[in-house]
This record gives sequence, C-alpha cells and structure tokens, in this order.
Amino acid sequence: MNRKWVLAGVGVILVVFAWLTFGGLEKNVVFFLTPQELLAKGDAGVGVPVRLGGQVKPGSMTWDAQTLDLRFTVTDGAREVQVHSTGAPPQMFRDGMGVIVEGRHGAGGVFEATSLMVKHSNEYRAPEPGEAAHEKYKTLIERSAQ
Amino acid sequence: MIGLIAHNALLLSAAVVVFGAVLTPIAIRTNRREWLQLTYGAVYTNFLLVSLATALMIVALVIHDFSVSYVAAVGSRSTPLLFTVISLWGALEGSILFWAWVLALYAAAVVWFHRNRPGNLVPYASMTMLAVAAFFAILLAGPADPFVPVWPVPADGPGPNTLLQNHVLMAVHPPLLYLGYVGMTVPFAFAIGAILSNEAASNDWAILSRRWMLASWAFLSAAIIAGMWWSYEVLGWGGYWAWDPVENASFLPWLTATAYLHSVMVQERRNMLRLWTLNLCVATFVLTILGTFLTRSGILSSVHAFTTGTIGYYFLAFIAVVLVATLVLVAGNAERIRTTGTLGGVASRETVFLLNNLFLTAVMLTVLVGTLYPLVAEAIRGVKVSVGEPFFNRMAVPAMVALIFLMGVGPALPWGSTTVAEARRRMIPPSIGALVLVAIGVLAGARGMYAVLAFAFVGYAAVGNLREYWIGVRARHRAHGENWGTALVRLILGNRRRYGGYVAHIGVLLVALGVTASSTFRSEREATLLPGELLTVAGHTVRLQSVWGREEPQRSVIGATMDVLGTDGVVIGTVEPRMNYYHVSDQPVPTPDVRSSIRGDLYVNLSAFEPNGANATVKVIVEPLVPWIWFGGFVIVLGAVIGMFHRGRRTTIPPAPMASAPLPEPRVMETVP
Repeated sequence: MNRKWVLAGVGVILVVFAWLTFGGLEKNVVFFLTPQELLAKGDAGVGVPVRLGGQVKPGSMTWDAQTLDLRFTVTDGAREVQVHSTGAPPQMFRDGMGVIVEGRHGAGGVFEATSLMVKHSNEYRAPEPGEAAHEKYKTLIERSAQ
Repeated sequence: MIGLIAHNALLLSAAVVVFGAVLTPIAIRTNRREWLQLTYGAVYTNFLLVSLATALMIVALVIHDFSVSYVAAVGSRSTPLLFTVISLWGALEGSILFWAWVLALYAAAVVWFHRNRPGNLVPYASMTMLAVAAFFAILLAGPADPFVPVWPVPADGPGPNTLLQNHVLMAVHPPLLYLGYVGMTVPFAFAIGAILSNEAASNDWAILSRRWMLASWAFLSAAIIAGMWWSYEVLGWGGYWAWDPVENASFLPWLTATAYLHSVMVQERRNMLRLWTLNLCVATFVLTILGTFLTRSGILSSVHAFTTGTIGYYFLAFIAVVLVATLVLVAGNAERIRTTGTLGGVASRETVFLLNNLFLTAVMLTVLVGTLYPLVAEAIRGVKVSVGEPFFNRMAVPAMVALIFLMGVGPALPWGSTTVAEARRRMIPPSIGALVLVAIGVLAGARGMYAVLAFAFVGYAAVGNLREYWIGVRARHRAHGENWGTALVRLILGNRRRYGGYVAHIGVLLVALGVTASSTFRSEREATLLPGELLTVAGHTVRLQSVWGREEPQRSVIGATMDVLGTDGVVIGTVEPRMNYYHVSDQPVPTPDVRSSIRGDLYVNLSAFEPNGANATVKVIVEPLVPWIWFGGFVIVLGAVIGMFHRGRRTTIPPAPMASAPLPEPRVMETVP
C-alpha cells in the first residue's frame, strides 16, 4: 500500500516535471539570428527575445557619454539592423567587430538591446600597431607617472 | 630534454595502468592474491610517473623552456611567477595532465588506505580507477600531448589567457574543481567494485565510499563558490551566476553527489535505496566526464573552452563506454542489489530524504535538459538557440526553494515514524523563524513570490537546524552538568556526521540568503563623471577623484580613483576600479573594485573613459549580503570536514522509533570523548 502511494507520487511529480520542462523550454529558448534571418521573420520577429549576431557596421556607432545612449548598426553583409541600448559600449568595441546583442526587435525597426557581447575568438590576438593601450593612452600614462 | 623525459614518463604510465587494469581480474579469477600486490604497485608507479611529468611541466613553465609545446602556447617571460606556475591548468593539455595527476593521487590514496581490506572490493575499485586513468593516458599520448617538441624554439610566448591571469582566485578555483570532479571517480570505482566483487548487496561499500564522496563534494562545493567569486571579481558585470553551460557543468555532479550523501544515510539506516544510491555514484561520475566534455571540447564557446580539436570525440566515446558498461553491470545485478527495507510512516525523516532526492534529481534533469538543448536543437533542427536564464529561474529555482524547505523539515523528524500531532508540534519553532525572515524581507521591499518564499524557507530551515543544536546542548547541559560551550563541542564531536551535516546545512542557507537578498535588492546605476562629480546609488555615494594610467611589465593599467562618501559627506574610503590591457591581447580585462561589509557590497566597475582621462564612465552596483555567499561556502566546507572525521558507527539497524523521545535520534549515538 505504502509503496504504491510512493510510486504514484513519484509518477505524478515526474509527469508534472516533464510537462514543465518541455513547456518551459519552448517559451524560453532564445534564437540566434543574423539580421537577414531576423528581418525575414517579419512581424513574427518583433517583440520576442532574440540574440542578434553580426558585425558592427563601420562608422555607424554613436555614443553620448552623458546620456549613455548607444546606437549602432549590425550587419551580416546582406541586411542590417539598427540597434539601440543604454550603457557604455564594451572597451574593445570597434568598427567591423563581431557582436552578439540580446534583446527584442521593436515595431519601429530598431532593435532594443538589453545586453551586448563581443564575440570572442578562442585564440586571442595581439593588438594592431597603434591600437595597443600603451600607445593609445600614452599621454595619460605619462602624466600619471609624474 | 625536459619534454622528452616527461613524454616518456607519460607513455610508461600508460603502459603501467593498462597492465595493472588487465592483471587485476586475472589475479582474482585465477586466485593469485599475490599478483594483486603488482596491480597496487601499478597504481603507485602511475602516481610517481605522472607526478614526475607534472613536476617537469612546472619546471619547464618556470624556466620558460619554449621547446615544450605547452609552454610555447601559454608561457611568457613577462608573466609573474604565480601565474606562470598556475598556467599549468590554464589551457587544454595542461589541464588534462593536471587531471591525470589528481586521478593518480586519488587512486594511490584509495589503495593505500584500504589495501588491507579483505575481499575483492578494493582490487576491483583500483582496477576501475586504472581504467579511467588509461583513458586520460591515451589523451595525453595523443590529442592532448603537452610535451610536443617545438622547433625552432621561440624566444617568448603569448602568456596565459588574459582572463585567467587577472585574479589570484585562478590559483584556487581550478585545483579545487579538479579535486572535486576527479574525486568523484572514487565512489564510482567503489560502486563498480561492489558489483564485480558481489558485495553490492551489503552496505559496506557505500559506507567506504561515502567519506571519499564527502571529501570530493566539499572540494566541488568550494570550487563552485570560488568560481562564482572569480566571475564576480573579474568579469565586471556584478553577478556570480548566469546559468552558463560551464557553470551548469560544475553544478550537475554537485546535485547528484548531494543526493547521494543523503540517500546513503537512508540505505544505512533503513536498508532502502541501495540500487538508487549506486546509480547516483555512477551518474555523478558520468556527469563529471560530461562536464569535462562540455567545457573542454570547444563545443561551447567560453573561457573554459580552450581550443577546438578532436578531443571531444574521445570524451564522447568514453562516456558511451562507461554508460554501456555500467548499464550492463547494474542491470544484470539489479535483482540482487535491490533492497528490502520499507518506508516507515509518512511523517518520517526517510520520507523527507526521498523528497530531497526527488527534487535534487529533478533540478539535475532540468539543468541537464536546459544545458544540452542548444546542442540537440542545432544537431537536429539546424537552428542556433540558447536557453535563457528565465528557463532556469522558472524551472530550477522552485525546486531549489522547495529543497530549502525540506532542509528545515528533515532534521526535525525522527527516523521511522511519528504521530501527526508530534510532527506538527515540531514544526512550530521553525515556522516562527520563517515569519520573522519574511517580515524582514517584505519590509526591505521583497515582493516576488519566490523571493518571499525563499526568505520564508531560509528562516524556517535555519531555526530547524539550529534548534537541533539547542536540543542536544540543553540535554547535555542538564544530564551531565556541562557548561554550554563544552556541551556544544562535545555534542558535535560525539556525532560528527549528524552535526557536521547540520553545519553544512547552515552554510547552504547562508548561500541561499546571500543569493536571494543580492538578487532581490540589487540596485545599479551607470554614469559618466568628471573629476569631483558624485554618483549616488541606494544611499551609497562615490566621487571621481582622478583617472590615471600605469605601465606594468605584462600589461597597461588604466584606473579611476574614487572616494566613497559616508552619509555626512566625509570620505570613508576609496575604490580603484581598473581596466587591464595585457600586451598580448586586444581585449582589456575589467577589474572592478568591491568594497565589502557584513551588510553587502559596493561594486564599482570602470566601463569607459576619455583617452586623456578627462572623464570616466562607471557602473556602481549595490548588492546586499553578497559576502554571505562566500562565507557560506566556508561553512559548507567546515561542515563537510566535521562529518568526514567521524568514528565508525554501529552497524545494527536502530531500535523501533520513539515517537515522543526528547531527542530526534536515540541517545546511544553519542559517544563522549
């Protein structure tokens, strides 16, 4: 008798759990999309959480240090999407670099980003000449040394 | 030269472990016990050989011998000595070498401590560990060989991954993780040994392996907390857990190991769950290998995924072999292993343990599904997806909150059965604890259902566990006239397993409280400041003093010096968030500054700055009770250490439960030193 009850309880909990897991998964999966794939979805791509991957279009970034208003365009070569977010851009943020922005595409055609990730390659590379910190911030470092 | 000697030592060790693993069953089947000494010799020899190779690797790193491929990949003359030494585990090949060394160490220790035990359990357990060691020996001989000669010898190397040389916790988190992960091979080896030696139908093997599991569990708990701490101190986002696959990989075996530590008590006490406990040992081991596969194969991109290569296939093949072999073994012996004990009453401690195991398994499966789903979706449907934090928060957090509740119920209930009225009476004091903490939480502004429930159950369980000390100490005080301090010490020393367990519970509750409070009451602001300007967040005010730069041998550092102001505007301290630009990388490493107190953290990160230092954009985060998480980690380990050094316990099944006994467990348990 006791054993049956325990088994029944375990069964019920497992079923509920399975239902919750698979029901919950469908709603909480975030798709990785390129701008082309996002725009191809049309209205279905608006308002749902998405990870948008692509390159920062050269010359597209504007940042207001006072309001922390950050705008740039993500492109995959074929299509492009304007992105807006609030906050400081990552330090290594540069034209043409790979980014993944998480957020929702707005009805107005602007992607509202909640988080910004720089696509790391596993093998990091050395800075290009003139880009190294000790060259870029030379005056600041020298002034601080005095 | 160093590379050649070490490489040969590794090849020799591969031969030795295969020899030992093959010889063991032959020695037992042909009844030549003296040959078993040879297999134990293989275990010790393997330890010496892998130790030699590991020591040579450290020497090669320290003297910058760039003719060794691993040193050429991670070494650099400008890296400080500490980070040079710990870059042993800073990349793929070195980490596999270190893994093999920890495994060799555990195997040697197991054989040394249990070599005189009669029967075939220990020989078969040693054979299992040798077989696992053979897998890692194959990796080190082929896809993860760290000693490949490099020609021409480079003059300098790139140094370790910059994220891994930015904080001293990198000297702490990985070794702890390896000690925990690899240590879980030991209970698995005992489980396999128990089946092969026909001892699985007794409880002895579980009791033997319990101490090893507890030690590994303590290491893994500490490693997870240290990893959270590292992420908090280095990544600059002010968080410590993101349900990232690599975090999940460390959490999965922790869940099954925790379930094992509880189910083994039910097995010992009530003669139940023997097959289940055995399966938990197997599952824990498989999850550690799966975790290593996820983090080392490059299938996920993260700071842990060092390179892409063929090593993933080796891990998949190994997982398949382990699963098939153990399935055959367990299924073939299931009828003999199955236990006959039955559940006592519904309101009994074993019921709570059953629920505990059920919920821990449910959390494990949820996290496993969420972690593997993106891989499956990409393989089958060809879409790239990620399973977001909301999934884990909605699916795993409720079960974890329920586990906290059970943590308060379990200790209050006796083994066997009790009356409903008695059970109800025992629930009153913890409920008061729940009400008090909920009141505090709600007054502080908590509104979310899970946050309020978490506060309630933490309060409930805290009183439930502390009350056990109070009851025991009061009984000793009255019975033996001991003063309160002596009574407490003797209570814990007299029954270390039980009271060590309660100490670990308190540690988990401290972690749970820290996590709940810091996620519920977190406030943050980001702003660009000119020198002299103020930024206030949740009553904490900082003022930018200056932005500065500094050149160091391996990096350039840009920092912002900021004053922390008290309520009356007086400077009470300074913080210096920095941005570290390592010469080898084009990506800087943020280095937030954290000002901690018992009430919480003031977390300041430098997000951006004008190249000439005219201004700085900083993010200030106020997170209550975060240090309680780290402190809770220490308490968990303390509890495990107390529980590890227990004396032998009696092997009889306890007498019929005493429903109205003043103590939840019979007094015969207590042996006064």
